[in-house]
Amino acid sequence: MASDTKSGPALLEVKGLRAGYGETWALHGIDFRVDSGGVTALLGANGAGKTTTLRAISGMVKTDGEISFLGTSLRGMKTEKIAAAGVAHVPDGRGTFMELSVEENMKLGAYTRRGDMSGEFERMFAYFPKLKQRFRQQAGLLSGGEQQMLAIARALLLKPKLLLLDEPSFGLAPLIVREIFDIMREIKDKEGVGILVVEQNASLALDISERAYLLETGRIVMSGASAEIAKDEGLRRSYLGY
Amino acid sequence: MDGVLHQVFSGIASGGIYASIALALVMIFTATHHVNFAQGEMAMFSTYIALTLIQAGVPYWIAFFATVIFAMVVGVIVQKVLMEPLMNAPVLASVGVFIGLLFIFNSTAGWIFTYTLKPFPSPFGEGGPLFGGFFSRHELGSTAITLVVLLSVWAFFRFTRLGLAMRAAAYNPSSSRLSGVPVATMLALGWGLASGIGAIAGMMVAPIVFLDPNMMAGVLLYAFAGALLGGITNPLGAVVGGFIVGVIENLGGAYVVGTELKLSMALIIIVVVLTLKPAGLFGKVLSSRV
Repeated sequence: MASDTKSGPALLEVKGLRAGYGETWALHGIDFRVDSGGVTALLGANGAGKTTTLRAISGMVKTDGEISFLGTSLRGMKTEKIAAAGVAHVPDGRGTFMELSVEENMKLGAYTRRGDMSGEFERMFAYFPKLKQRFRQQAGLLSGGEQQMLAIARALLLKPKLLLLDEPSFGLAPLIVREIFDIMREIKDKEGVGILVVEQNASLALDISERAYLLETGRIVMSGASAEIAKDEGLRRSYLGY
Repeated sequence: MDGVLHQVFSGIASGGIYASIALALVMIFTATHHVNFAQGEMAMFSTYIALTLIQAGVPYWIAFFATVIFAMVVGVIVQKVLMEPLMNAPVLASVGVFIGLLFIFNSTAGWIFTYTLKPFPSPFGEGGPLFGGFFSRHELGSTAITLVVLLSVWAFFRFTRLGLAMRAAAYNPSSSRLSGVPVATMLALGWGLASGIGAIAGMMVAPIVFLDPNMMAGVLLYAFAGALLGGITNPLGAVVGGFIVGVIENLGGAYVVGTELKLSMALIIIVVVLTLKPAGLFGKVLSSRV
């Protein structure tokens, strides 16, 4: 299996990260990195600590260890400052502003940017034509897949350097999941962002990513090139269950 | 018939004041899910500041705007010092703070300014009734001011970037932070704005009811009834509810229960709404799909 030998400055470099809620830690010191312009996958079962890892990066939980983004530490920064620094986070549950319109949701996505956003909105409609049809509607009325598209559009409107995606396939029909992952591939090619995607659906995540890390109860138990992990039947069977 | 019309117009004038306080209540409710029982007392206290300034010779409109700014600062301080630490506290803790604030503002006002009724000037003059006697000058002026305030607040929330961020912070704080919205600042601004709206309502009602530390007790009840009637989750509904309550109060006071028992109608409205239609007339039950 490939080891962490990739050189050059990482977009995100995490070392000895512990994170948790209240008195307990859910992550027990993990190391990983995300590079610009690629997709890194974080795999694992329910409760492995995937969502906690993303929340730690965004400063939403208590943390210990190193989180370095473009060479500066994110630890101790407020969530809104981390977002403004260029980290977009599509949270679990998608974080839709249900009471607001699709348009207002998109405006909030671009909150940290000034100036006319109509060109940027058009760019999002090119990825997600459905959002254009739904532009004036209340976002709470969108289907789950449409809300996921809106969430990704909101995140991209931040013009991020790092995009964190928490289970983009969650609760969606297989056809919609494929549609969203196809668009993610396009985004990966066009936007030049580094993407860290958390997924329970390992085959999907390995397919779209270059590198993958496998989390088990708060520790990284395996990492390597996604293509190699996907090829290794023994690994797949014992760790990923497909 | 003229009598009825006069009561309706009078009701619209006082309804505007209830609508303003109802809007302030809804703004705080949206962000905290609690009713700020001290909203009225904060308005009353600000009105005393206005009176002090006016008595010191400051021109009315300068005193007016200075008071609004003072009220906004007080609102921000209350949120920062008292409400922010209680963000994740149980409901009763917040309710306790609201009731505590009510007594603190009430007693402090009584202590500094005494409990005697004081006349408060109207900027619109004492002149005779207008429009065939349906509106007094002050009623007309204060209704105009209230409408301007309500429209500006609506436009602010609807059309400005800051207004959108404040709504977002109230509806979904964690998602707002992830979009880069400084939620703590937005909530404090919301309190400031609500307190400023309350101060304007206080200065508009004081010339009618005279200023004393208990001036807003009744107004708050009518406003609360209006907010519930229109729907405590819906700002526009609360405003409409405030106007309806004002008209019901005046008509009922003149023709049904008499002026002595007017306040009981606010309580009846509250009980009826909570029993029959807890979401209020326009409080839409939010629909969402997952």
